Amino acid sequence: MRRLIILAITLLLALLPALNLAGLGVSDFVITVVGKWLCYAILALSIDLAWGYAGILSLGHGAFFALGGYAMGMHLMRLIGPRGVYGHPVLPDFMVFLGYQELPWFWWGFQSFPFAMLMALLIPGALAFLVGYLAFRSRITGVYLSILTQALTYALMLAFFRNDMGLGGNNGFTDFKELLGIALNTPLARALLFWSSLAALGGCLWLGTSIARSKLGRVLVGVRDAEARLRFLGYDTLQHKLFVFVLSAMMAGIAGALYVPQVGIINPSEFSPGNSLEAVVWVAFGGRGTLLGAVLGAFTVNGLKTWLTSVAPDLWLFVLGAVFVAVTLLLPRGLIGLLEKRR
Amino acid sequence: MSGRALYVDGVSVVFDGFRALNNLSFIIEPGELRAVIGPNGAGKTTMMDVITGKTKPTAGIVKFGDTDLTRLDEPRIAMLGIGRKFQKPTVFDALTVFENLELALKAVRGPIACWKWRLAAEQRDRIEAVLREIGLSERGQDLAGLLSHGQRQWLEIGMLLMQEPELLLVDEPVAGMTDQETEHTAALLARIAGQRSVVVVEHDLEFVRALGCKVTVMCEGTVLSEGSIDHVQNDPRVIEVYLGR
Repeated sequence: MRRLIILAITLLLALLPALNLAGLGVSDFVITVVGKWLCYAILALSIDLAWGYAGILSLGHGAFFALGGYAMGMHLMRLIGPRGVYGHPVLPDFMVFLGYQELPWFWWGFQSFPFAMLMALLIPGALAFLVGYLAFRSRITGVYLSILTQALTYALMLAFFRNDMGLGGNNGFTDFKELLGIALNTPLARALLFWSSLAALGGCLWLGTSIARSKLGRVLVGVRDAEARLRFLGYDTLQHKLFVFVLSAMMAGIAGALYVPQVGIINPSEFSPGNSLEAVVWVAFGGRGTLLGAVLGAFTVNGLKTWLTSVAPDLWLFVLGAVFVAVTLLLPRGLIGLLEKRR
Repeated sequence: MSGRALYVDGVSVVFDGFRALNNLSFIIEPGELRAVIGPNGAGKTTMMDVITGKTKPTAGIVKFGDTDLTRLDEPRIAMLGIGRKFQKPTVFDALTVFENLELALKAVRGPIACWKWRLAAEQRDRIEAVLREIGLSERGQDLAGLLSHGQRQWLEIGMLLMQEPELLLVDEPVAGMTDQETEHTAALLARIAGQRSVVVVEHDLEFVRALGCKVTVMCEGTVLSEGSIDHVQNDPRVIEVYLGR
């Protein structure tokens, strides 16, 4: 039953770009917006894997998302080539403007799509490994870890705002032209990105479910509820926490990489702590520790946001706060808990 | 069973100037059942913390066979074959009784290995055998969070059985139990003890007498007296500590 519902929804979603391409009543706006939500759903899923299972509440997962986005952004910038405003054959516009003579070393390789995609995975993964190793080894858990991750994304935001970073400063990257030879402002590009996001969400959901159902999933639940006990059973919990945290950061990186070409811009505000907090609210709203709940939460909260910010933009933050309070008090198992109780 | 002996020699632990253990020495022979008693604050739990790697000693030697335990952390000591049952039963409430035992089962521990791992038929049989042994056959699919206090203690003992330890440290196994539960627990421990070394920390002197083994009396972080229960109960120093001076 549950499988059938998921399959039906997936097919319905997959049909949207096809209808758009055929000119059958689905607007470009719908494709872009739902495509964005798909990326948010991957981000929510990645948070749920770390938080819902292993109890690692990261309040800075937006950083991994943004890093994945920047990796894709760098690739898209390199693809602009001589079509920039200044017409420089290699350097992106902002570098010409800032007086760069040559491409900084960390931009090397980003003209290659496979390399950029690898970096969208490896950079968030490496950062998560570093931060996770240092924090978990020192047994930093709970609220202290959450504050640490929050500080991490804030620090990255400040760093990326600087022009000397060589990553576009506060303007970030925009004016993208094409990806894999397809112009980005075409319905075909939008449809392909939408389908890629849907496939990536499906893949991540499959991966997450496979972990949750395995012994690893139960070990992670043990880490969440009684980590010390697990260590006396012979589990070196540092390894399990690092594994899930790095995997989760990589998923967030994929989400960011798919997000940037769809919205057409990436700038340091993606690192702002508020983004990470909002993503945690999606997971709490949908129901943590259920994976599917995280996806559901990302869609419903963002659906509500898109609708409310067009009808009554001033109300949105109040509604978000109220939703979070209401879910915490009334629906400890989130939306998915409510749906399952009904059945 | 050709087990290894546990040597504790001259161990001291100092927390901010407070001596929790003070030149503590004893030997547990392979297959031995030993009871450790002592007033509150005698350092019994600290002793267990040192053996299982939770606390590093300030001075002294802790060896299991030829292995120096002071250099290892908790997971490695656990994998070496030293199991521990806590005073307050800690089981994984969000998992079923069966899954709790499955986690304790002697099998792969690393993250990727755990992801790929599948329960083999003989492992399932073994878990079911332990479920019968601890008297929880009917509760296998229930969440551990739903068990009563006594049942949680048994589940924890069951988890220790799954680990197949050579040396078992048991901290106050009958605290807060009804008489009937105490009896069941004593029987369980006696059955385990035949095959491996067991150290039981307990306050209940009747229970210790029922175990019928060598007794070590600890006081102020060191060994006060050692011998049969009758010997230590007649030792004037023990009487002084227990009855006041």
